[in-house]
Amino acid sequence: MRFVEEYRDPALMRGIADAIVRRATRRWTIMEVCGGQTHAIVEHGIDQLLDPAVELLHGPGCPVCVTPLETLDRAAALAEEAGAIVCTFGDMLRVPGTRGDLFSVRARGGAVRVVYAPLDAARLAERTPDRAVVFLAVGFETTAPAVATAARWARARGLGNFFLLVSHVRVPPALEAIASAEDTRVEAFLAAGHVCTVMGTAEYEPIARRHRLPIVATGFEPVDILEGVALAVEQLEAGETGVSIQYRRAVRPAGNPAARAILDEVFEIADRPWRGIGVVPGGGFALRSAYHALDAERAFPLLAARAPVTEPAACRAGDVLRGALRPPECPAFGRACTPEHPLGAPMVSTEGACAAYYRWRGAEACA
Amino acid sequence: MCLAVPGQVESLHDDAGLRMARIDFGGVYKTVCVETLADVAPGAWVLVHAGVALQLLDAEAAAESLRLLAEAARLGPTP
Ligand code: SF4
Repeated sequence: MRFVEEYRDPALMRGIADAIVRRATRRWTIMEVCGGQTHAIVEHGIDQLLDPAVELLHGPGCPVCVTPLETLDRAAALAEEAGAIVCTFGDMLRVPGTRGDLFSVRARGGAVRVVYAPLDAARLAERTPDRAVVFLAVGFETTAPAVATAARWARARGLGNFFLLVSHVRVPPALEAIASAEDTRVEAFLAAGHVCTVMGTAEYEPIARRHRLPIVATGFEPVDILEGVALAVEQLEAGETGVSIQYRRAVRPAGNPAARAILDEVFEIADRPWRGIGVVPGGGFALRSAYHALDAERAFPLLAARAPVTEPAACRAGDVLRGALRPPECPAFGRACTPEHPLGAPMVSTEGACAAYYRWRGAEACA
Repeated sequence: MCLAVPGQVESLHDDAGLRMARIDFGGVYKTVCVETLADVAPGAWVLVHAGVALQLLDAEAAAESLRLLAEAARLGPTP
């Protein structure tokens, strides 16, 4: 496929990796902040190609992984206790909640549907006016415009039975939190390309300045990632900091203003709990007051009365998401925790770092 | 989750108040929402995620960066 195949050329990958290894005068520590990048890195062995020159840390770039246990329990309650049709992305169905995952909710008779597009959930609401339809809205700034588009459409159509259970997260505050941590080892970030496709790069400038880091908006194919690392290493070697763009075919400095306008109309920045990390100031989006009628948290009183839940202690997802622990170092990895019997979200999500190691390194990672 | 797929706009239409486009993803066709693009015409390459277009792809920037990369990696031009 155009814009894809040419970025998977093994000879080009090796050429760039060799150039990075030649350029580096010491070993640098760089964090990538997108689960899609993490999977590409582990699948194509980019970390191994770069090993002499760069240590790659995997960041919190998995929206499914950082969705609080509580939110999953709320979605389950809406399906099982409120009789709502809960729609969400396929990735969410196998994430363990307190009483099992959304698949088990469905097995117990709850209405849980997988949709490809949030608009499909809004259209379902229009077709089933006698049922409440709730979209469990997870994702970074990449995904929020699609949800905002559905919210705008539902409001314009006057749908009274379409709701959003919002758990959207924002990338820049997470980078700020990681860079501010006292024990941080991160010397440069590869920012998630599709988040920057929507938002542009301005939000990263103050982070780069404050922490004197290179931040490179980087794509997802192996050649993209290697080029992003090459740009970061070049800046590190030259003692330069600041934001640059590797993923130029899709990222402009101002992002996509039309998409940002839709996002801004529907959502405002809010503090949000990240699973395994805690409440991140400004770490997500919440519906603006004009859209409160669509807010499932307000529309369903049964959600307000719920007791707080605690995370299973065995799962080290918080450390994995901060890049402090490599998945194979988790004592449960490949033993108590596998994709078939996951203890935590990073083992099930297609973007989770634990799933990446299990899928692409398997026994090798366990050894 | 942030996976987005490149495709080429075949045609545009309106559906229940939304600007939509039929997109060719290497022979597989899907209808996606283009409310998120200020300006789009048939033939344009777009990046699609969760049923909406995130951005127009810049084919010139793509070709140029591949050429520069190939040079930097001392491989000569890619075919
Ligand atoms: S391997 Fe399993 S238990 Fe360990 S951090 Fe990953 S998801 Fe959690």
